[in-house]
Amino acid sequence: MLKYLIEKEFKQILRNKFLPKVIFVFPVVMLLILPFAANYEIKHINLSVVDNDHSSYSSRLIRKITSSGYFNLTNVSDNYNQAIKSIEAEEADIILQVPKDFEKNLIVEQTSKVMISANAVNGMKGGLGSSYLSNIINDFANEVRGEWITVQGLSSIPIIDIVPQNKFNVHLSYKIFMVPAIMAMLITLITGFLPAMNIVNEKELGTIEQINVSPVKKFTFIISKLIPYWIIGTIVFMFAYIIARLVYDLTPAGHLRSIYVSTAIYMLGISGLGLIISNYSKTIQQAMFVVFFFMMVMILMSGLYTPISSMPMWAQYITYLNPLRYFIETMRSIYLKGSGIIDLRYNLYALIGFALLFNTWAVLSYRKSS
Amino acid sequence: MKQFRSFLQKELYHIFRDVRTIMILLVMPVIQMILFGYAISTEVKNAKIAVYDPSKDIATRRIIEQMDNSKSFDVVEYIVNPNEIEKLFLEGKVKMVMVFGENFNENLLHGNKTQLQLITDATDANFATSISNYASGIIANYQMELMQQNKIPITIQPEIRLLYNPQMKGAYNFVPGVLGLILMLICAMMTSMAIVREKELGTMEVLLVSPMKPLLIIIAKAVPYFLLSCINLATVLFLSYFVLNVPIAGSLFWLIVVSMLFIFLSLSLGLLVSTLVDTQIAAMLISGMVFMMPVMLLSGMMFPIENMPVFLQIISHIIPARWYISAVKDLMIKGLGFSAVVEEISVMLLMIGVILSISLIKFKVRLD
Repeated sequence: MLKYLIEKEFKQILRNKFLPKVIFVFPVVMLLILPFAANYEIKHINLSVVDNDHSSYSSRLIRKITSSGYFNLTNVSDNYNQAIKSIEAEEADIILQVPKDFEKNLIVEQTSKVMISANAVNGMKGGLGSSYLSNIINDFANEVRGEWITVQGLSSIPIIDIVPQNKFNVHLSYKIFMVPAIMAMLITLITGFLPAMNIVNEKELGTIEQINVSPVKKFTFIISKLIPYWIIGTIVFMFAYIIARLVYDLTPAGHLRSIYVSTAIYMLGISGLGLIISNYSKTIQQAMFVVFFFMMVMILMSGLYTPISSMPMWAQYITYLNPLRYFIETMRSIYLKGSGIIDLRYNLYALIGFALLFNTWAVLSYRKSS
Repeated sequence: MKQFRSFLQKELYHIFRDVRTIMILLVMPVIQMILFGYAISTEVKNAKIAVYDPSKDIATRRIIEQMDNSKSFDVVEYIVNPNEIEKLFLEGKVKMVMVFGENFNENLLHGNKTQLQLITDATDANFATSISNYASGIIANYQMELMQQNKIPITIQPEIRLLYNPQMKGAYNFVPGVLGLILMLICAMMTSMAIVREKELGTMEVLLVSPMKPLLIIIAKAVPYFLLSCINLATVLFLSYFVLNVPIAGSLFWLIVVSMLFIFLSLSLGLLVSTLVDTQIAAMLISGMVFMMPVMLLSGMMFPIENMPVFLQIISHIIPARWYISAVKDLMIKGLGFSAVVEEISVMLLMIGVILSISLIKFKVRLD
C-alpha cells in the first residue's frame, strides 16, 4: 500500500510542470548567489578626508589608513560641509577630519585630535568602520611614539602584547561561514514549504475525499507524504554539498556521515511541521501564510544572520524552541570546526525530539472524517 | 458602479472571513518589528569566554575582572589545561579563550613586555573580529591604568561621531526593509494568489461571463489588499516611531507618497504573476522565490549592496524594493527632502508603467 502511495506522490510532483524545476533550480541558484549577496564583510569602506593641516604627519596618517585595505579614499574635501554632502550622496561612508595644527600640537603639546564621523544608518558598518579607523590611528600614534622615544632616549613603558588568533576560519571569510547555514536554510525551505502545500492542495482540489474513503491508515498516509520530501531533501542536500565543494572549495572538517545523520533527522522534523500546518489549513493561501510566518521567525531566530548570543535573554529562550537553530549550529560546527556527533549530542537529541513530536502531531491531527 | 460595489463586497468578505490569514497579515508586521527591533542585533553582549591563567597574579586577576564586568563578556569557564581549549570550541561552549602567559605581572612590570593570547572561534568572522577588538580595548584600558603615573608621550584622540543613528540601533536599518517586505508580501503575493485561485477552482469562468468588465474584476480583487497594505504601513510606522523610537526625520507626506507608489508597483507585479501561471502553488513559488527572496537579499535590507559583487549590484537595480527602501532610508532616517528621492520615484513610476502594460496585454479575457 505504502509503495503505491509513494509512487502517486512522486508522479504528482514530477508531472507538475513547475515543481521539479523549482526543487532543483532554486537551491542551485540560491547557493550560487546567496553567499555573495549575504556578505557582511566590512571591507572597502569609502572614506572622505578633510585635511586642514596638510603636514607631513597628516599625510603619513592618511597613507597609513588607505594602505590598510579596509578603506577606499573616494573623496577629498576642503571642509566638513562638503564632506557631509558626499555621505548624503552615498559616495562616502565615513569622514576623517584632521584639524589645523595637528602636527604642531602632536609635537609641542604631545597630544592631538582627529574627528571621525561615520554614517551609522547601518549600525554595524558605522560602528566597525569607526573602530577600525581609530585602531589604525592608535597604531599610528604608537609608531610615532616609538620613534619619539628612541630619539629622546626615554625609558620604555609596560606593554601587553596582544596576540589574536583566529581558529577554524583563518582567513575570516564570511562566505565560508554562510555556506553551511545557507544549505540548512535551503533544506528548510524545500522540505518545509512543499509538504505544507501538499495535503491542503488535496483538500482544495477535493482529491482528499478519495483517500478518506480508502482503507489507507492515517499513519501510512502521513508516512507516504513524508518519504518523498525526505528523498527530495536528500537530493537537494547532495547538490548543495557538491556546489559547496566545487564553487566554494568547502568540505566538512568533520565527518560527512555526522552531517548526513543530522540532516536526515532534521528533514523529517521540518516536513512533519509542514504537514501539521497543512492539516490545519483550509486553503493553500492560508497554509502558505502560516508557513511563511513560521519560516520567517525561524530563520530570523536561528542565528543565521546575527549571533544568538547578541539577543536579549527572552529571545535566546525562544531560540531553544527553534529546530533550525540546532541544525544551523550543527552544520556550522561540523563543516568548519570538525565537531563530532558526540560534541553535538544535545543538538542531535533536540532534533530527534522535534522529529518525533512533529510527526506524531501530524498523524494525530490528520482527520479522515470531516 | 453598483456592480463594482457588490463585487468589491464579495472580495472583502472573501478575505475578511478568513480570520486566520487576516490575523497573520495583521500580526506579522508587529512580530517582525519586535524581532528586528529587539531580538536581532549584532552588538556584542555577554559573549561567553574561557580563561587560561597559569599566573594567577594581580594583573591577570584585574584583567579577568574587568572583562567579566564589561557588558560584552561573560567569563564562564576557567580552564587548567590548555588541551581543553579545543574541546570547548568543538562543543561550542565559548567564543573566545584568553590565554595568559606565565609570570604575567612580573614580566609586565620588570621585563616591560608580556604576552596575552586571544583565541577566537572565527567561524563567524565578524563576531570574532568584534570580540577581539573589544577585548583589546579592555586590555588597553588596563595598560593605561598602569601608565597613569608616568605621562604618555604622543597620543592622538579620535573623536567619534555616529551620524543619523548614534546608538547604532539595528532598527534604523531594518524598518525600511520590513516595510518593503511586508508590502511586497501582501500586494504581490496575495493578489497573485487570489486571482490565480479563481482560475484554479474554475470560478474565473463564472466571473468572465458576468457583465462586469474584466479590468474591474481585477481592480476589485486588488482593493482589499490595498487597504490591508495601508493598515500595515500605518502599523509599521506607528510601531517604529512610538515603540522603537525611530524618528521620522523627513517629511511624512513624501514618505506616504513613496509608499503608495510602491504599493501600486507591488500590486501590478502581483497582477503580472497571475497572468503568467495557472496554479496557486506556482504563483506562490514565483512570488516567493522570484520576489521575496531577492527583496530580502538584494535590496539592501539585510546586507549592504555595496559589498556585493558587481553583477549582483547590477541585478539589484531591477528589484523594485531596492528603490523603495533607498527612498525610505533617505526620507525617514536621513531626513533628506524630496529632491533626494526624485531618482527613486521616477524609477518606480517607470516600473509601474512597464509592468502594468505587460500584464494588461497578457491578461486573457477569453477562456482557453
